[in-house]
Amino acid sequence: MTKKIQWPLHLMILPALLLILVYSYGPMFGIVIAFQKFIPARGLGGSAWVGWDNFQYVMAMPDSLRVLRNTVFIAVMKMAANLVVPITIALLLNEVRKEAFKRSFQTLVYLPHFLSWILLGGILIDVLSPSVGIVNQFLGTFGVEPIYFLGDRSWFPFVLVGTDTWKEFGYNTIVYLAAITGINPALYEAAIVDGANRWKQTLHITLPGMAPIIVLLSVLSLGNVLNAGFDQVFNLYSPQVYETGDIIDTFVYRLGLVDAQYSVATAVGLFKSVVSLAFILISYLLAYRLANYRIF
Amino acid sequence: MVEPYSFGRRLFVGFNYAFLTALSFLCLFPIVHVLAVSFSSNAAAAGGFVKLWPVGFTTASYEYVLMQGEFLDALLVTLQRVGIGVTVNMFLTILVAYPLSKEASAFKSRTAYAWIFVVTILFNGGLIPVYMTVKYTGLLDSIWALVLPGAVPVFNVILLLNFFRNLPREMEEAAFMDGAGQWTTMWRIFVPLSLPALATITLFATVNHWNSWFDGLIFMNRPEHYPLQSYLQTVVVQQDLSDIASQDLDLLAEINDRTFKAAQIFLGALPILLVYPFLQRYFVKGIVLGSVKE
Repeated sequence: MTKKIQWPLHLMILPALLLILVYSYGPMFGIVIAFQKFIPARGLGGSAWVGWDNFQYVMAMPDSLRVLRNTVFIAVMKMAANLVVPITIALLLNEVRKEAFKRSFQTLVYLPHFLSWILLGGILIDVLSPSVGIVNQFLGTFGVEPIYFLGDRSWFPFVLVGTDTWKEFGYNTIVYLAAITGINPALYEAAIVDGANRWKQTLHITLPGMAPIIVLLSVLSLGNVLNAGFDQVFNLYSPQVYETGDIIDTFVYRLGLVDAQYSVATAVGLFKSVVSLAFILISYLLAYRLANYRIF
Repeated sequence: MVEPYSFGRRLFVGFNYAFLTALSFLCLFPIVHVLAVSFSSNAAAAGGFVKLWPVGFTTASYEYVLMQGEFLDALLVTLQRVGIGVTVNMFLTILVAYPLSKEASAFKSRTAYAWIFVVTILFNGGLIPVYMTVKYTGLLDSIWALVLPGAVPVFNVILLLNFFRNLPREMEEAAFMDGAGQWTTMWRIFVPLSLPALATITLFATVNHWNSWFDGLIFMNRPEHYPLQSYLQTVVVQQDLSDIASQDLDLLAEINDRTFKAAQIFLGALPILLVYPFLQRYFVKGIVLGSVKE
């Protein structure tokens, strides 16, 4: 019986399979242009093979090390902030007894997550502007000189981390809050009987209770160590802050689609994909070992 | 849990409420501020008099936006994209999730298929090869360039197949007993029972298509084919390098520009702001479903 009813299952998968073969696996073959001196008019077959030349060229570029450093620095800071801030806020929110307050808080802080970096970019450019921005107006009342947050090299990476945390902490808070809700209430009752105050309860019950999800999410975020957030950086940066704000993805975009250096851009992209894949595989392995996590 | 409320505890609770209130205000503040700017007169916006409420209320900038042919063209492209894109996404999500939700004993190739799909989230060809694939398949400048490369949302497939798996097996067996085939079982049993999950995933897909901009920017050669967010990228975000405090020369031009941009930002966010209060509880379920299973 099972034999007879299997072919419709293959048929169901077929359209999606064809599409990902073309649009996800197809580009994987395109990676060969990283090892060619690719000339679009000649195509993949006609372009000359150059081996590792493109990679050597990139390594000799003065910008490369800087871009790599920026990417890791920004990504790691974001990973840390996106761990610490939501956990802290979930703990604070857990102390709130009024359900209505809790719900409206979640509704409000969760909103920026749903707006694109285009819209938020537009909003932040306005709000942070040195001439008309309300943030600088506010700081001005304390006598602070206007700060060009998005145009100042030393400020820019921290503005990226700050605004990313601002956008995403609501989303992450909900996950941690769900984990807290899942903790067995009997544990708290026992702790109260033993004379533990709220702080002691948080320290010895809530935090250990959240540990599995904290471990899981921090381990899974490892895969993002070279993802500093293309959408955000692309919409907030300008040539003035390339030195501290340029990341691998924006670098690849400019090399490939602006300067038309297809082979070099693909080589940089390949480097990023391979390193990211290694980090993702390590993180899934760790997540499986530490938190017994499986994708499905 | 009855606890005596000590002084320290009451102090903490007070601070906690104040802090969390301030935080939620902080999330909303920039959005409300820009909304207020969009409804303010040029002079008030330029002088920096606008805080959270419009000063010199006017809808002039909105009238100006809606007179722009480009804005309306882009909106139309986005609506078309959301319509086609979400339909394709949902069809394929269901069609893939159903077979993959079977036990390996009932569908032998299941694991192989599952890996073929999952690999696409782990590794991809990168910007240039993807661009060339879209070009070689003749999609440049067509709405399908915005639909087909992302036609199979693998993350949503995983969400739905986990949901399918938790449905009672007995219903499926009863359907087979009654002579239903796989297609009938999928459409008449699994899909109707999964409406909450399907609603969540539809919302994910809709927001995703509404917010996408980069594919529009690179796959569309002609600006009149840009979807709304790509169009907004070119008019709202591209940085004005003259925005330095000391340069007051072309201030007047910048003022008009400011309320004009604010109005476009708000219109670009409007659909999400409208549906958000009603739908966010679904999203909450979606996240929790996606991240803390078991």
